Amino acid sequence: MKWVFAYLKPLAGRITLGVTIKIIGTAAELIIPFLLSYILENVIESNNAGRIVYYGILMALCAIVASLGNITANRMAAKTTMLFATAMRKNLFSKTLYLSARSTDSFTIPSLESRITTDTYNVQNFIGMMQRMGIRAPILLLGGSVITLLMDRKLALVMIATLPFIFAVVYGISRMGVPLYTGVQKAVDSMVRVVREDAQGIRVIKALSKVDYENCRYDKANKTLKARETKAGAIMGIVNPVMTLLMNIGIVAVIAVSAYFVSSGKSSATTVIAFMQYFTLISMAMMSLSRMFVMYTKCAASAKRISTVLEEENELKITADDGKGNSKNHISFENVSFSYLGKTDNLTDISFSLKRGETLGIIGATGSGKSTILRLLMRFYDADKGVIRINGRDVRSYTREELTAMFGVVFQNDFLYADTIEENIRFGRDISFEDIVSAAKTAQAHGFITSFPDGFSHNVSTGGTNLSGGQRQRVLISRGIAGKPEILILDDSSSALDYKTDASLRSALSDALPDSTVITVAQRVSSVKNCDLILVVENGRIIGKGKHGELMVNCPEYREISDSQMGGAFLD
Amino acid sequence: MTDKKTKPKNKKGIFIRLGRYVLQQWPLFILAVCLTLGSNQLSLMGPRYSGAAIDAIEFETGVDFPAVWENIVLMLGCYVLSAVLSYILSLVMMHLSQRIIYKMRKQVFEKLTTLPVSFFDTHATGDIISHLSYDIDTINSTLSHDLVQILTSIYTVVGSLIFMWQISKPMILIFVLTVPVSLLFTKYRSKKVRPLFSKRAKKYGELNGFAEEMLTGSRTISAYGRQDVISSRFNKINGEAMDAFYKAEYNAALLFPTINLINNISLTLVAVMGGILYMYSQNGAILATSAFFITLGGVAQFVQYSRKFAGPINEFSNILHEIQSAFSAAERVFRILDEEPEKEDAADAKELTEVKGDVSIQDVTFGYTAERTVLKNVCVTAKKGQTVAIVGPTGAGKTTIINLLMRFYDHQKGEILIDGIPSINIKRADLRLAFNMVLQDTWLFCGTIYDNIVYGREDASPEEVYEAAKSAKIDSYIKSLPDGYNTVLSDDGVNISKGQKQLITIARAFLSKAPILILDEATSNVDSRTEIQIQNAMTALMENKTCFIIAHRLSTIQNADTILVVKDGTIIEQGNHNELIEKRGFYYSLYHSQFN
Repeated sequence: MKWVFAYLKPLAGRITLGVTIKIIGTAAELIIPFLLSYILENVIESNNAGRIVYYGILMALCAIVASLGNITANRMAAKTTMLFATAMRKNLFSKTLYLSARSTDSFTIPSLESRITTDTYNVQNFIGMMQRMGIRAPILLLGGSVITLLMDRKLALVMIATLPFIFAVVYGISRMGVPLYTGVQKAVDSMVRVVREDAQGIRVIKALSKVDYENCRYDKANKTLKARETKAGAIMGIVNPVMTLLMNIGIVAVIAVSAYFVSSGKSSATTVIAFMQYFTLISMAMMSLSRMFVMYTKCAASAKRISTVLEEENELKITADDGKGNSKNHISFENVSFSYLGKTDNLTDISFSLKRGETLGIIGATGSGKSTILRLLMRFYDADKGVIRINGRDVRSYTREELTAMFGVVFQNDFLYADTIEENIRFGRDISFEDIVSAAKTAQAHGFITSFPDGFSHNVSTGGTNLSGGQRQRVLISRGIAGKPEILILDDSSSALDYKTDASLRSALSDALPDSTVITVAQRVSSVKNCDLILVVENGRIIGKGKHGELMVNCPEYREISDSQMGGAFLD
Repeated sequence: MTDKKTKPKNKKGIFIRLGRYVLQQWPLFILAVCLTLGSNQLSLMGPRYSGAAIDAIEFETGVDFPAVWENIVLMLGCYVLSAVLSYILSLVMMHLSQRIIYKMRKQVFEKLTTLPVSFFDTHATGDIISHLSYDIDTINSTLSHDLVQILTSIYTVVGSLIFMWQISKPMILIFVLTVPVSLLFTKYRSKKVRPLFSKRAKKYGELNGFAEEMLTGSRTISAYGRQDVISSRFNKINGEAMDAFYKAEYNAALLFPTINLINNISLTLVAVMGGILYMYSQNGAILATSAFFITLGGVAQFVQYSRKFAGPINEFSNILHEIQSAFSAAERVFRILDEEPEKEDAADAKELTEVKGDVSIQDVTFGYTAERTVLKNVCVTAKKGQTVAIVGPTGAGKTTIINLLMRFYDHQKGEILIDGIPSINIKRADLRLAFNMVLQDTWLFCGTIYDNIVYGREDASPEEVYEAAKSAKIDSYIKSLPDGYNTVLSDDGVNISKGQKQLITIARAFLSKAPILILDEATSNVDSRTEIQIQNAMTALMENKTCFIIAHRLSTIQNADTILVVKDGTIIEQGNHNELIEKRGFYYSLYHSQFN
């Protein structure tokens, strides 16, 4: 929670003012019952209607001050909450984008997502609530207690004695509710899972006439959910009746005790009336206070999840180049080994080199380490052993900006976002429209883009779901080449293109970017067979290296893949 | 999710229909009504006894202890009993609403399983799920909370009013002034604030959506070094969302303190008026028989009742809003329940027992919509054991033929004959069981591997299941898992590759005894070794069966008895490999662009 204060510090002046106003408002609210009892106790006896009205006006004034104070303070609180949350979320998001690949892996994307959304909302709500109720409740509680103590110490003590019980009940039960509702949520999840599975597999279910089976499966989830909801509800349902009962018992006790005091002349019945008013205020305050404790635990957990991201070290360090590289090579891997988790190697002893303008193909099974080679080249991770060089310089000696400026890249299942096609290709870079059009032409995307009535201004939906697989890949390839990169990486990114389009793309690429080094990762032999160098990767090792013709002779694994895929790309 | 905000159209119809669900649980409902009335009556009586107790304390001749004690015991009794009743009530209401929503969820799901495939093709899964979770939850909270709340509110308002009437009629006048002001103000403000809150919710949604979208692309963003650009876009959306938050909070901040003010003014008026009346009652200016007469205990009671009275009125607009959203949710749920189910089999539909596997498609025409015909006058015949290969670019409509064969959709013209019987005259379940289907989108559910395989034929013995897995060449892999066949397949469970999942669905298909096989051959994104395994398993599966294959492999295509070439939703060429090559058409050009 400490970091939260750092964010609140610049807002200290505003918060202090808001809190002061809140205190004044709440104090005015506290005076109202006091005036009420004063009227009934003292003023009435003066037999002076004018005085009653006078005190009535005082009461009304207090009510107005209380309301105005609350309105102003709550509005100020909304403003501080807004400023706080904006800053917090801004820093968190930007920090998240700058996390190293390794940190992103260990946090996982869904978890980072929920930190930016759910967790920041939890903290934001708590900060907002603290400024409103967090001030009001303790003041009502304390002020109410003090006033009642001043009015009648013994009666007040009777009343205050019930407060711990109220706190215990609300806090205790709410805490008990937390695991119960987690259980309910899990039951909801498994019910939803059945629905999702069945909506997706409806053809199989109908084909196999499994409707009854599925109804049964669903019913089980439905029944579990019902049972858990009922149980959670039965426990949480205790809070309100018990709360009300405790409050009422407090009132009864006050009346009972006061009967004795009145008879011995130590108290008066009018005090009892005022007490009942205060008691309602105080127990309400107690209730919100106990709720706040529950909210605090939730907020503290969220705050911690946020701070672990904010405190994460982000960038890989830049180190000096050893000067041993050969600047004739555009890209070179020298005995590179790497492991994601530091246990078993994901890449072992990878070595190869490419001249500027050459093409490299990497082929191998899923999980063999093809994409890992690319990730090391772009320095998402640092190699554990060996050196990777670009233009003869160690990749670790480049700044992040220098590195990213060199690459154009299309990942496997890369992402498109909700914006125009033009913007998806430009991707926030400083690229002219003409360059975007020519990139689209090279990527064989120009035809279908201009077939949209709004052309390049056509809106892509989230994830590009309104485009076909092949169209998506071509827009992504346009993005990759629009920046005229010196190294273009295509990671399994033309798999949805038919053979003809794929071939036209490759010849257009070599015309448009003659000096760029192109690296293609693929499952299909047909996508890499014209490359200047082909690497066959298996279990993180290079088991074949050479041109298509050589590999067909020298590398049995390559030949096996090639033979099995005879027609594998047919009309796909 | 499209019309979450719209108001329900046919309120009366929805009310009656929802009411029917409640009335089906009439014993619980009546119990609930009785409990509500009882518990509220008791809690209303409480202040009465406290007033009496105070009057007994203020007794002219000193404290009247017996009366005080009597009233205290009565008061205590009322409160305890009221608490017990209200807890029982909450239990009853929960059971009532749980029974209803359990039933609703069941009905909706069972309805879904009877709907035609086209429903699932045209409705997003997320929307269907939101009906079963979000919408039914909304109905639930209204049933379990608001129903009692409404009854309680009415009872409390009326009850308090009656008690106040008994204590002092003239003082009721105060509320004639303040209640309408309070109601009108709430209504006016809510109208103003509600759109601000929906805007806030919308902006939050956009914010979440953007964060989610960009995080999935975080690798690409850092590859292109676009963090700052994307961050600044996020800040813009964040700023808008926070602005919407502030505007909503700013305007909402007015409501409750103002209502509170009106309540406090009422209290002041009660105090002043009560004070003056009490003063004159004390000094004899008002006679005990007069309507204006009031005791000190009376004033105290009146104050308490006035607070009870004000509570529900403050909540009035909230409840109204909740009921409205429950009605909208119910409307969406009912809309699913009213969907047209898959047409029932004709009364004279034939059962299909021993199927040979002759399939003949005769002059079939079909379109998903009336405007656009997808298949026109298609004629294909496959004798028992023959293979039909369907080829064509992605998205060309290859699956349409399968949709028609399985009767996921019904063709508009022509006939499909199975063993010479028109498929429309066969019971759907029998017809579908004559087909064995392996689709490219492997479909496995959350359950054990064994359950997933035996899904193919429920009466299969364990030996048959293992045999099927062996035929699919997945048996040894399954055995190598720590839990073997009992391994649970779930999102967060064991990581089984796409290829292995495909093999499990092939094992499932091996269990089926259906004579006709539908196969989707595409196996992209599977590594080459697994692909060879899958290929071999599929070839084994095809033996002695009539096969319809969405084909990608040259060997499959060349060996097929008939090749259907589908382009832009229509069959443009038909024949065997040699015939099509001779024809020098689309197939020819594709074949040559690829292999030469």
